[in-house]
Amino acid sequence: MSGASGHALALQGVSRRYGEFVAVRDATVEVARGEFLTLLGPSGSGKTTILMMIAGFVEPSAGRILLDGRDITPLPPERRDFGMVFQGYALFPHMSVAENVAFPLRVRRMGRAERDAKVRAALDLVQLDRFAERRPSQLSGGQQQRVALARALVFDPALLLLDEPLSALDKKLRAELQEELKALHRRVGRTFINVTHDQEEALSLSDRIAILDHGRLVQVGSPEALYERPATRFVADFLGKSNFLEGDVVPDAGGVVLRRGATAVVASGAAPPGRAVLSLRPERIALVPEGGEADNLVEGRIAAWSYLGTGYALTVSTADLGDLRVHLPAWGAPFAPAEGVPVRLGWSRAAAVAVAEDVAA
Amino acid sequence: MTPKGRHALGWWGLILPAFLLMTAFYVAPILQVLAISVTEPELGLQNYERLATSESVQRVILTTLRIGLITTAISLLLGYVLAFRIALADPRAQRWWLLAVLVPLWISVLVRAFAWVTLLRRQGLVNQGLMAAGAIEEPLALVWNEFGIVVGMVHYMVPYAVLPMLSAMKEIDPRVLAAARGLGAGRVVSFLRVFLPLSMPGVIAAGVLVFIFSLGFYITPAILGGGKTLMAAEWIKLQILDLIRWGLGAMMATVLVVAILATLAVFSRLVNLRRLFGAGGH
Repeated sequence: MSGASGHALALQGVSRRYGEFVAVRDATVEVARGEFLTLLGPSGSGKTTILMMIAGFVEPSAGRILLDGRDITPLPPERRDFGMVFQGYALFPHMSVAENVAFPLRVRRMGRAERDAKVRAALDLVQLDRFAERRPSQLSGGQQQRVALARALVFDPALLLLDEPLSALDKKLRAELQEELKALHRRVGRTFINVTHDQEEALSLSDRIAILDHGRLVQVGSPEALYERPATRFVADFLGKSNFLEGDVVPDAGGVVLRRGATAVVASGAAPPGRAVLSLRPERIALVPEGGEADNLVEGRIAAWSYLGTGYALTVSTADLGDLRVHLPAWGAPFAPAEGVPVRLGWSRAAAVAVAEDVAA
Repeated sequence: MTPKGRHALGWWGLILPAFLLMTAFYVAPILQVLAISVTEPELGLQNYERLATSESVQRVILTTLRIGLITTAISLLLGYVLAFRIALADPRAQRWWLLAVLVPLWISVLVRAFAWVTLLRRQGLVNQGLMAAGAIEEPLALVWNEFGIVVGMVHYMVPYAVLPMLSAMKEIDPRVLAAARGLGAGRVVSFLRVFLPLSMPGVIAAGVLVFIFSLGFYITPAILGGGKTLMAAEWIKLQILDLIRWGLGAMMATVLVVAILATLAVFSRLVNLRRLFGAGGH
């Protein structure tokens, strides 16, 4: 199993309508060999519909799905040769763990000796070799999830599709299995397509993320690119938290200036003159001591605060920019926060980026 | 007595009237039947001796078992197809299907038996239709034999076969079927390896229910059998009401009760009966 064994998938203008309702609108995306792509979006954004169209359970109303350049749109699910981990795992309750994992090999009429060897290897891969004879109902959620993974990988599928694979697990186990899933992806070198609504999971697992909103693919890119340079207000808001500064902008040397009342905010990047929205991440705002310098400086008062362990989350009221969310690291915080305390906020020119308003659905 | 014990006593008190009613009007008569079978016409097991010696007794038992098994098999087959169709239908269609399955239950079994007689007799709709179409020369013997009995009984039993199987099928997680397809199994293999085994508890439940009903069936076999093919219930009636051989009739009734209890005992080891008949949940 190496990186070369992965397959490339492409969606070309894929749509799915249910009567008047458009679940997926003109989705075009390419998944490279061996890539880990996550479809991320809130519920009802169409991410699961896209996965079901890739798997073959839902027929696209328009568009094509290509595997290594070959059109697979008309193929039924059983002829696509994709491994799939279902939400809630969908293990066969009447079969043992080993029989579950052997199922895809059995329906492919593989010989017994080879089948047994593959099942053992797959169970080894997910560290469940000791549980081969158990029933799924006798396993914990995390173990069931691993059985589902072994079953989806045992027949060397062209792609592995994951439908909210971790959503049924508690938070701690989820973090653990996230790392395992990432390590597994590196080990087997296959193309993984994952669906989730959990932005942290998407950020930590994926090579690239495709963000969906109301059936539309809004932005596709690496986790860093999406977080640092969100294209729209929705992306900035859904991936992490953000302050949005709205106002009229004019071009400036190497960027734009946004004016709100007596305050001018400078930001890098380009935006056409006129109405614009800047996204400013809370953790990019710092407290500036008396006499300190920053590209942008704003006075305000702490309106609310909370301690998060890793840091403080402040809400700071300002005269021209309204309430700003600010995250400060707790360690080495220069002050003890309290409501009403005056603070000076500063951020660099590069901290804020212009984002587009969302297209109405 | 502990407060908890007194509490429990209160609950027992509540079911006491029902318990007394059952004892007086259900258990007592059954025990009496049992008693008659060993006391009439004189004390002894001579009635039960007939099980081994009398050809007519053996024939009735074999006929009853044979018709019961055939009816069960056909009802399960038809019921499974129907339940499968209903289980896969969307919820709105499901309600209509269920109504269609249940409506026959509201029509008197007597009316249905006579309806089958008019359809199946020599000058009935089926024979006349076939003759008019030129398929047969002579009318077929479709009623007043085992064939007629089986037709009428299957018609009566199909809803009882559908309901337990449908409830078992509805418990199957549809994602499990999708998983089978996604893992490379075609429709037929998915059905045989996943759906069918998961629906088996319902099939066994339906089988037990239909078979037990079939053993004691009276009206349909009496009318559609036309007195020529005797099943146990009609034979008992014949012994008691027509031939006034109470001991022999009571013996057969006891055999019937024992057969039913034995069937239940065997299948309760295979499946959870409490769950089948709707008690206790999971």
